[in-house]
Amino acid sequence: MILDGLAGIGRQGLNFFATMGRAGIMLFNALWALPNIKKSWPLLLRQLYVVGVQSFAIIVVSGLFIGMVLGLQGYTILVGYGAENSLGPMVALSLLRELGPVVTALLFAGRAGSALTAEIGLMKATEQLSSMELMAVDPLRRVIAPRFWAGFLSMPLLAFLFSAIGIWGGYLVGVEWLGVDQGNFWGVMQAAVDLNRDILNGFIKSLVFAVVVTWIAIFRGYDCVPTSEGISQATTQTVVHASLAVLGLDFVLTALMFGE
Amino acid sequence: MNNRKTEIGVGLFISAGFIALLFLALQVASTGTITNGETYTLKAKFDNIGGLKVRSPVKVGGVVVGRVSSIQLEQLVPVVSMDISKDYTFPETSSLSILTAGLLGEQYLGLEPGFTMEGMDIGMLEEGAYIQDTKSALVLEELIGQFLFGQSNED
Repeated sequence: MILDGLAGIGRQGLNFFATMGRAGIMLFNALWALPNIKKSWPLLLRQLYVVGVQSFAIIVVSGLFIGMVLGLQGYTILVGYGAENSLGPMVALSLLRELGPVVTALLFAGRAGSALTAEIGLMKATEQLSSMELMAVDPLRRVIAPRFWAGFLSMPLLAFLFSAIGIWGGYLVGVEWLGVDQGNFWGVMQAAVDLNRDILNGFIKSLVFAVVVTWIAIFRGYDCVPTSEGISQATTQTVVHASLAVLGLDFVLTALMFGE
Repeated sequence: MNNRKTEIGVGLFISAGFIALLFLALQVASTGTITNGETYTLKAKFDNIGGLKVRSPVKVGGVVVGRVSSIQLEQLVPVVSMDISKDYTFPETSSLSILTAGLLGEQYLGLEPGFTMEGMDIGMLEEGAYIQDTKSALVLEELIGQFLFGQSNED
């Protein structure tokens, strides 16, 4: 009985490390090659369009609404202390430090990550990946690498967009609607926001999330059981694992960046 | 054709991302003056400006008439420059004090227009003029210190 339990734990542990190893090898093989610009540029462009441009709308709309909600909630609390002029830094700092990178990564995992997994999984299930290998085309470099780079490049841009639109949303609610002084809104914000501490750290966060989310998404697709059920499982796992990884890593990064 | 559409879409996406970054770097993080309409500059010396910031509003009876454009130390005395809307002019006898919006709020400049009298030689404040009559910010710690000191003297 006890031995069975121990064996179960051991099996799961081995499975976990084997999966991590396969994921690492896949990413290494996909990226560790001199890129052929002429061949890979059109592929990257296509993926940037699918991963980045098509996530544009959801990022802009959610950024606007989150900024507006922040403005409204922040105002109702701050006005009780007569500190409604601090609305600007409250909105800007919460967006730049936390909400921008994190919510973008979560939306990105749901919008683009699940699509990547499903696409690659279906390629595997319909044996497109093996046929590529038969034709001496490396599927890692043709399919995986451009998708990874597209995710890596799009996410920080999307996070910047999210923060900028969100701050504008907070401005709309706070200044245009609720009547916070616009000079104080921007002036106090500028005094509180630091280019290195806030914007650069937010950028680093979104880069880390970009690697994690895209990596999980493409690996789940590449590693899925090639059946329709396997693909659906892999897609679910992508969203769940990527979201959990983002939230967990966010705490670690925040503790490292703003901890002391 | 399809490839062209993709290229345009990606181009738009990337430029939108960089515009957002530029907006964050310039508008959110650093300083720049945004004042609507034409303005002229007034200056004033203070002993202590407290928590006054660049872009803090200048108010006359609660109405915003301008903004602080720069705060500098000239010969170890804080000098505050303000951009005042050209719609308003003030006599030389006007006074300026640093006030606080609410107990914990941001500080702003309260401008009290002075009197003008016919027959007396009182001009209007012009571009670059100094407002002579200024009251510094109240620093809470000093106030408490004075209060405690005053109490002990009475005994």
